[in-house]
Formats: sequence, C-alpha cells, structure tokens
Amino acid sequence: MEKLINEFSVGLFFWQAVVFILLLFLLKKFAWGPILNAVNEREQGIKDALDAAQKAKLEMTNLQADNEKLLQEARAERETMLKEAREIKASMIAGAKDEAQAEASKAIAGAQATIEAEKKAAVAELKQTVASLSIDIAEKIVKSELSNKDKQLELVETMLKDANVN
Amino acid sequence: MSAKGPSKDAASSGDSRAERKQQVKDYIAHHLLDSHDFGLFSYTDDVTQEKHHVGFPLPIILWDGGLKVFSSSKFHHGETVAQVDGSYYKIEHAKIYKTDAAGTITYDSANHPTNIAPLDFSITKGVFMILITAFLMFFLFKSLAKSYGNNAGIATGAGRFFEPIITYIRDDIAIANIGEGKYKKYMPFLLTVFFFIWFLNMFGLTPLGVNVTGNIAVTTALALIVFIITTFTGTKDYWKHIFDPLGDGMPWAGKIFIYIILVPIEILGLFIKPFALLIRLYANMTAGHVVLGSLLGLIYIFQNWIGGTLSFGLAFAISLIEILVALLQAYIFTMLAALYFGFASETHEHDQEHDGEIAHL
Repeated sequence: MEKLINEFSVGLFFWQAVVFILLLFLLKKFAWGPILNAVNEREQGIKDALDAAQKAKLEMTNLQADNEKLLQEARAERETMLKEAREIKASMIAGAKDEAQAEASKAIAGAQATIEAEKKAAVAELKQTVASLSIDIAEKIVKSELSNKDKQLELVETMLKDANVN
Repeated sequence: MSAKGPSKDAASSGDSRAERKQQVKDYIAHHLLDSHDFGLFSYTDDVTQEKHHVGFPLPIILWDGGLKVFSSSKFHHGETVAQVDGSYYKIEHAKIYKTDAAGTITYDSANHPTNIAPLDFSITKGVFMILITAFLMFFLFKSLAKSYGNNAGIATGAGRFFEPIITYIRDDIAIANIGEGKYKKYMPFLLTVFFFIWFLNMFGLTPLGVNVTGNIAVTTALALIVFIITTFTGTKDYWKHIFDPLGDGMPWAGKIFIYIILVPIEILGLFIKPFALLIRLYANMTAGHVVLGSLLGLIYIFQNWIGGTLSFGLAFAISLIEILVALLQAYIFTMLAALYFGFASETHEHDQEHDGEIAHL
C-alpha cells in the first residue's frame, strides 16, 4: 500500500483526468451521439420495415381470402348460369318441338281438307261429264233410232205396250 | 527504460546468475513506472562501454515556485542533474526531486528520498500515450460517425468492427444494468472508458513498452470519475437505500440497532466500489506486465537454448492470454461502472423489494 502511494504520480493523475474528461465530451458530441443516433435510427427503420412487411403479409392473406371468396362466388354464379341455360335450352327445345308438331298437324289437316275438296270437285266434274256424255250418247242413239219411219213406229208401239201393261 | 538493456549487457559482462536476477527485477520494476522520456530500448556499446538510449525526450513541466518547462533531455535519462533557472533537479525512481548542483539525494530510514519533490505535471511517457490514445480515439470514432452519415446509416470500414462492440455495450452492459429508461445519459462515459482502457491495454502489449493502465494514478482517475458520476446521478431511492436500507418495513426502534452497523457499511461501500475498480485494473495490468517481463527475463537469466526457447514459448502463450485480459479488463471495468450507475439511477417500489430483504436478513 505504501509502495502504491509512493508510486502515485499527481501529474499523471491530473493529465489522465483532464484528457479523459475532455475526450469524453468531445466524443460525446462528435462520435457517440451521431453513432448511437444512426444505430438507433437504423434499428427503428428495420423494426418499422419488419412491421410493414408483417402488415403487408396480413393484407395479402386477407386479399387472398377475398380472392378465394370472389372465386367461389364466381364459380357458384357460373354454376347457376349454366343450370339456367340448360333449363332454357330444354324448355326451348320442348317448345320448338310442340310448335313444330302443331304446325305439322295443322299442315296435314289443311292438306287433307284440300284433298277432300279436290276429290269432291273431281267427282262432281266426273259426274257432270258422265251425265253429258250419257245425254250425248242417248241423243245420238235416239237420233239414229228415229231416222226411219219404221223404227219410230216400233218405238211408239213398244212404248204404248209398256204403258198398257202398267 | 534507462535501466540496463538485458540482451547486450549479458554478452559483455560475465555477471553471476544472482546479479542477472537482480537486473531483471530492477528492469521490470523500472518498466512498471512511468518515465520522463520516451525510450524504446537502450544498449551498451561493446567497445566504448557507452550506454545508448533509443527514443525521444518529452517535455518536463514543474511547479516549483513558478512554472518551469524544459526538455527531459536535460536529465540525460536520469543520469545527470538538470539545472533550470538556478534550481537543480534529479530523477530518482521516476520521480523528480529538487537537489543541489552535485545531485545529492538524502534518504530517510525507510529508504525514501527526503528531498523536496516539486509538483510534476510533465508530459511523461504515460501522459504521452494517453494523449496519443485520446487523439486516436477521437479521429477514429469521429470518422466512424461520419461514415454513418455518408452511407445512409450503415457503417463502413472499421465501423463494421466497432459497431457490434458499441451495440454490445449498449444492449448488454448499459441497458442490462441501468435499464431502458436511463441508460442513455451514461452511454458516452461507458463507451469512452471501455475503448480508452482497451486501447491503452493493447498499447501496453506492444513493444512500445508502456504501462499506462497498470499505473495507479491512471486507474484512480478513472475510478474517481465513476465515483463522481455515481454520486451526482444518485436518485432519492439510491440514497435512501444507503441511509435507510430497511425502509418502512420495520419500526424505528428496531432499526436503530441494525443501522449502527448497516449504515457505516453502506457508506463504506460507496467508496469501496470505485476503489475495487481502480485496484482491479491496476493489479491485473501490472501483474500481466510482471509475468511477461519475468518470462522474458528468464531468457537472460538462463542464457541457454532450452531455457530461452521455453521462456519464449511461455511468454508467447502469456501474451495471447494478455490480449484476452486487455479486453476482459476493459469489459469488467465498464460492466461494473454500469452496475454502479444502475444502482445509482434505480427507482423502484421500495416496500415490495424490502419485504424480501427483511425475510432474507
């Protein structure tokens, strides 16, 4: 201990204290302050960036969920639309079929009526033709029959005979 | 380093082993002391038997009834008496004493010089190294601070190395011991003291042969600053803890008997803490230099291949350990300073804490 006290140099103590305190204030102003600020700022920046990334990730997840929902909705809509379309198609086909059937039967009915009318007309014409032909024939026969006197008399005779019988 | 350089002396003089041991001992003792010139090494010329010193003189500043400034070359490495303005001075064991023209130094019974020692504010080797370290630190960390500004908040170059250390001191020394809220005002001191001690410790391991942190005056100055900061930043809780450690947890009449012992211990603790700091750093660094010096001295004592090689190997291994110690002692000093600052700036729920303390007692 005595040796220590003996060794103690007031000058060295003085210079050490003065230089150290001076160094402390100079470094505080020119080095530690700026360095610690820069480090703190950077750390804060990193923390903020991480937070932002976390937030972005969360938003992304939300967005993905939204997308999924939208997709599902779209799928469901497509499903219903397809179903509707199918139904419409079916009903349209059915309607068309009915209509066609009706049209066809109507056409057939019209045709049949026309055929009937034509037939009647043809028959009527035939009858008329036959009648006139018969009359013509009868006229010719009568003409030829009655061209001589004997025949006329004979006819009258037969006619009278018939009338007598009656 | 004005003592005999071991290597050359050995070759020239046929000293006995006991004499060589004494020389090594003196050499180490001399190395541990501060000196008034910056000597790198010295040797004795084989032919002329003349002693040569390699180094440079430093300014001597004395207060002896007036300021006296002169170069240490006047002492001729402690071998002659310096005459300045009619007064005579002589260096004896690294201290300057006032003497007469013949350089008489009188000793008392305990072998201490009885001559008057003027106040010595010389720029000694130690002070010179302190200044060098201060300049080095200032420019190093100033440029580091600048590199942050120039590079968008990211350190470049040496900053890559120093930044983790700075953040370590902040996170694991300051915040861990002082707390998130109050650590900031202590940071400049903790950083400065850490790098200051570390750098000076490292300089002590270079062949410059300086032993600044192993000097009691230097460690005393550092510890005194710690003590002053602790005392002046002490909160109400800190002082209450010293003068009324049991708080309101015990009736007044009961406390008084405990306090007769407890309060003096607490007050003593105030001074023991920084004292332990100064002794620890001094002792560790001095011990390192003594061990290294002794191991290197063994080469000189043995003067053979086996002993020399062995000593060198040992000294090399110890040097590696000393590099670790240099860092460790800087860390411990900083750590304990932070711990004391932590005590001083503490504010807490007194009742709760001391409930536990009473149970513990």
